[in-house]
Order: sequence, then C-alpha cells, then structure tokens
Amino acid sequence: MVRRIVVGAHYGLKDWLVQRITAVVMVLYTLLWLAIAWYRGGVDYALWQALFANSAFRVATLLFWLALLWHAWVGMRDIWMDYLKPTALRLTFETLTALTLFAYAVWLIDLLWGRR
Amino acid sequence: MPALERPVTKQRPVYLNLVRIRLPLPGIVSILHRLSGLALFLLGLPLLLVGVERSLASPEAFEGFRSALSNPFAKIVLIGLAWAYLHHFCAGIRFLLLDIHQGIELKPARQSSVVVLVVSLALAVLVGVRLW
Repeated sequence: MVRRIVVGAHYGLKDWLVQRITAVVMVLYTLLWLAIAWYRGGVDYALWQALFANSAFRVATLLFWLALLWHAWVGMRDIWMDYLKPTALRLTFETLTALTLFAYAVWLIDLLWGRR
Repeated sequence: MPALERPVTKQRPVYLNLVRIRLPLPGIVSILHRLSGLALFLLGLPLLLVGVERSLASPEAFEGFRSALSNPFAKIVLIGLAWAYLHHFCAGIRFLLLDIHQGIELKPARQSSVVVLVVSLALAVLVGVRLW
C-alpha cells in the first residue's frame, strides 16, 4: 500500500518539468532586456516608461513574472520538504509561501494593468 | 530474495543529514544554487517588485528608491543579491545542459562547476564595481 502524505511531493515529474520550462522563460526575458539595453545603448527613464506603456511588453513581463513565481514555488517547496521535518511546520511554511507568491502575482497584475 | 519479490520498504520522503555530507565541487555549486534561490525568494523578489512599483509610479519615486539603496550597507546587500542571481542563472543553465546529457562525465562536470563559480563571481565583481 502506498502511504500518501498530504504535504508530500506528489511524486514530482510535473514539478521537475515546470522548473525547467519556467527557467527557460526567465532566460529568454533576461535576454530580451539585454537586447533592448544593447540596441538602445542603455535604459533611461523615458525608455522604461515607453516599454511599460507597450501592451506586448507588459504581457511578456507578466509571463516572466508568472514563470518566476511558479519557479519560486517549486524551489521553495523543495527546500521546505527537505529541511522541515514536522508536518505541521512544513504545511505552515508551504502555505505561507504559496499565499505570498499569490499576493505578489496579484500585486504585479495591478502594477501592470490596474493603474492606467 | 529476488528483487521483484522484495517488499518496497523505502521510507518517503527522503531526508538528508546535512552535517554528515562531504560535498564535491558540483555539490557545492548545487547547494549554492539552493541557497541563492532562497536569498532571491526572501529578499530579491520583494525588492524587485518594490523597484518595479516605484519606477512606474513617477521619476521622483524611482529616484527616492535609488537613493534609499545608495548607502554602503544596501549596496553590499545588492551586490550579494546580484551574485545570487548570477550564480542561480549560471548554475541553472548548467543543470539544463546536464538534463540534456551535455557534460555528464565526471571531468567535464567538475570543469563546468568551476566555470559556473568563476563566471558568476567575476560578473558579480563587475556589477559591484559599477554599483560603487
């Protein structure tokens, strides 16, 4: 019989794959920034404003942040699973992490779309 | 007893005893990948979000944020975070290459560990020089 643990790994292949795909998304977004900075010879405030006024750039930025937050979720949960042995403590930290990351996501969407 | 008939007795999840582990070079890169990820989550992520918020609010707000980060202590933290990001980035790319079976022999794996450590440190020094 398989012993299921509520804060266990869910046996992990999906998370392993998610970690890698989100990493590639973040690398691509980082390269996009480097390319923009290189092409324009640096990033000043006017360019910054213009970029965030462009909705395609905002979508790319949102994709990057969702990848980042999902990546952080998988990574942080790995850390809690490895070092926090009491189940109650682990569940508490995993919950706090998930809530924090979700709050960050909502905040970011508000930053990108809520204020214009 | 043949392996097929043996009952599965493995305890899951597996916990590691950190005190008893002796790390080889790739292991050091790996644990630094984890530590830098933790630092980026705890400090880098909220700081980056506040930075995005301030920078989109107004030029004055962004200048205020920049000057708040210009004292020496903040700069040391920022350089630390820059290293964390760079190490996490380089080590992550190394892991992706290992995943597609590039450099998995012992020798190239050790060499790429050194490359990751040196390149991320060197780039962090470069960032530090520009920041100061």
